[in-house]
Amino acid sequence: MTVHVAPKSTKPLSRRAMLQTGAVAGGGLLLGFQSPFAEAAVTNAARGAAPEAGPFAPDAFIRVDRAGKVTLIMPQVEMGQGVYTAHAMIIAEELDVAFNTVSVEAAPPSDALYGNPIFGIQATGNSNSVRAFWTKLRQAGASARAMLVRAAASQWKVDPATCTASNSEVIHTPSGRKLDYGALVDAAAKLTAPAKPQLKDPKDFKLIGKPLKRLDTPDKVNGKALYGIDALPAGVKFATLAASPVFGGKVGHVDDSAAKSIPGVRQVVVLDDLVGVVGDHMWAAKTGLNALTITWDEGPNAKVDTAQVWKDIKAASEQEGAVAKSVGDAKKALQDGDAIEAHYELPFLSHAPMEPINCTVDLRSDGCDIWVGTQVVARTQAAVAKLTGLPLAKITVHNQLLGGGFGRRLDVDGIEKSVRIAQKVEGPIKVVWTREEDIQHDFYRPVYYDRITATLKDGKIDGWKHRITGSSIMARWFPLGFSHGVDIDGVDSAIDEPYDIPNMQVEFVRHEPPAVPTGFWRGVGPNNNVFAIESIIDELAKKAGKDPVEFRLAMLAKKTPRLASALKLAAEKAGWGSPLPPRVGRGVAVQVSFASFIATIAEVEVDRDGNIRVHRITSAVDTGIAVNPDSVVAQLQGGLIFGTTAALYGEITIDKGRVQQSNFNNYRMLRIDEAPAIDVHVIKSGEAPGGIGETGTTAAPPALRNAIYAATGIPLRRLPFDRDVLAGRKKV
Amino acid sequence: MTKLQINGQIREVDVPDDMLLLWVLRDVVGLTGTKFGCGIAQCGACTVHLDGKAVRSCFLPVGEIGNRAITTIEAVGDTAIGAKVQKAWLDLEVVQCGYCQSGQIMSAAALLATTPHPDDSDIDAAMAGNICRCGTYVRIRAAIKKAAGAEQA
Repeated sequence: MTVHVAPKSTKPLSRRAMLQTGAVAGGGLLLGFQSPFAEAAVTNAARGAAPEAGPFAPDAFIRVDRAGKVTLIMPQVEMGQGVYTAHAMIIAEELDVAFNTVSVEAAPPSDALYGNPIFGIQATGNSNSVRAFWTKLRQAGASARAMLVRAAASQWKVDPATCTASNSEVIHTPSGRKLDYGALVDAAAKLTAPAKPQLKDPKDFKLIGKPLKRLDTPDKVNGKALYGIDALPAGVKFATLAASPVFGGKVGHVDDSAAKSIPGVRQVVVLDDLVGVVGDHMWAAKTGLNALTITWDEGPNAKVDTAQVWKDIKAASEQEGAVAKSVGDAKKALQDGDAIEAHYELPFLSHAPMEPINCTVDLRSDGCDIWVGTQVVARTQAAVAKLTGLPLAKITVHNQLLGGGFGRRLDVDGIEKSVRIAQKVEGPIKVVWTREEDIQHDFYRPVYYDRITATLKDGKIDGWKHRITGSSIMARWFPLGFSHGVDIDGVDSAIDEPYDIPNMQVEFVRHEPPAVPTGFWRGVGPNNNVFAIESIIDELAKKAGKDPVEFRLAMLAKKTPRLASALKLAAEKAGWGSPLPPRVGRGVAVQVSFASFIATIAEVEVDRDGNIRVHRITSAVDTGIAVNPDSVVAQLQGGLIFGTTAALYGEITIDKGRVQQSNFNNYRMLRIDEAPAIDVHVIKSGEAPGGIGETGTTAAPPALRNAIYAATGIPLRRLPFDRDVLAGRKKV
Repeated sequence: MTKLQINGQIREVDVPDDMLLLWVLRDVVGLTGTKFGCGIAQCGACTVHLDGKAVRSCFLPVGEIGNRAITTIEAVGDTAIGAKVQKAWLDLEVVQCGYCQSGQIMSAAALLATTPHPDDSDIDAAMAGNICRCGTYVRIRAAIKKAAGAEQA
């Protein structure tokens, strides 16, 4: 058979319009509205229900149609962390629906309807999706369930208290009569939601706490899942771009004569700060971009390099910082004792999600459709409205699955650049960053410089001063989070460090690095603070002549008992204290981050050349109620790999105002042949859920660092680990 | 016109000979399950099969393919081994963001086709070219063993 293939196309549909008309009910496909393709596929006929059927839509999150089909609207975006499943489990638990019958779909942009209760805006980040929405989604489910029960009781003319709900049915217990939710939607829709819906006693949970299969994974093993980069609206052209390699530089001159003669190249778009090439496919666009001769006006940053970055931040760290926390009399305690002082350095990092930055734009005079995977859906809509001058209501954001977020997709720079290119192009355009462009034009995890001074008394810490110097990402991204000189993310896990220390002071010095834009990176503030704190704790344990686990436990038992329990479990599971061969060491790190309590023990071998082999990592976690325990394990496993990658390899360096790394050959990722065995132990808990997505990333570097310390006696003080130092070719 | 045998069908595409297979699949044929990750054969997200062998489509000009059979993630489940790998992936809940998993599954299926009972070093050798930024390696290893019929690691 011979088939001539034209580029695949679909007609874009407005998800918002569908929501407004109630047409969302009863989609037969899982993730039915994730993509333009699926939208087209889910027709009313396929659904078996007319769109005007009037679903039961008691709030922003729940839709039940007359066939009893339940669709849950997901306020947070799915980027691999399993939030679609966790949020669906929370709603389904209180709604008492059969979990295998629910569908989920991405929420449209709306801070008002889908704002994260912690941030107040529609953002997915800070490992707080479950924590932030825990009560809200339980209430939504319980409220809808109560309305369905009342509708049934009214039909039967019985007391609602004599009815119960289970498996998408209301049951009148005395008579055994049953009504399916689908038969009750019209009556329930006329009722008022209860002011204070009765939530389940956690001991009655049927779904929460069970390791259920994820809803988003079946289409991710057969190529059907659609990410932003997979959008193909009818007539779409493809573009790629180059921004100035020097931060802040502008386009000088572009010679596009060679590019324009390449078959498939349609247009060269020159803006003040970037050049885009449009073609019939990405191959033409990429080949065309390579054929351009671009002269850049490099601007004031052309001399910035890594040495200057470190010189500046060290100088900044000499200043007094804004006091973020003060307990007892740190100054006196530090004067009275024999102080240890150390400083710690963390480098710039790129996010490098496997899906490069991209955005598909269909800009018309009367509206704009955007296909993208973003962590900030409403902010995306607002940014496009601002650039185009179109009203918000005319901007439709088709949020797609994210091929990794890690904080990169909390910024809308890629969407803005794509829209600016689209403004110069007729018809829909998909703009895809090359990996090189993605790595060299990121919002980087900032460099940090930490100074910690501490004294001991009776084998415990008596005085403690921690000065954190670094960029304030909050000041740019969420100004409420930066006040009185303190960035709340920058001091996270430092002001609330877990140890019982009688005299302590934590300071923050805001220092913006020259030229390099900074952004949130998986693990955020706690990455820096836990690394610095847990590193010096091991040095203090050595000075006190104590075992690192015992030293920690003595200072945790009273103040942070949940962490002490996690540490005991991790030590037991990792065989802490059992003999190891020469040059193999175990290191421990503990943390309270994102409201989870985690102890991690790494086992590492260091050879005489400074090569590091990570054998095994063991974590014990108390994250409160684990909604889906298997997702908790998966997030820790993955987070530990992410953190191990950073500790072993991660560093972005700058020369002549440019990022020197460009792709996975020189910005290395851990690979399967280097990956350690990982054991994660989830502690049963009835406490409110904590966050988990970023915790493993925070945990790995200090545990590895302390394992290297145990194996070699060398107290490393910067990331990534310097092999020259470990081989004795260089000093710490 | 270039004739390509993709997932059991002959497709005729009007593209230059030096165009890389990845972009033909994604942007011309519309098979978007094969992913772009790096463009320099460093990450494996673009892995497809050529006569059953794993190759990086981001580095393969279509003019060099000839009549060899191309299989992508969309059709790998039609083979017994591919279906077993997909099932193991779901049984052990390997996937997180999922973007690299098309390539991981293609590499794993090609491994099992030549090495039905791979040990850890076989897995390392076959899979080290596939990066997973979410860090699902522990489960990928276990799922390959499960698909091979060994006990879950």
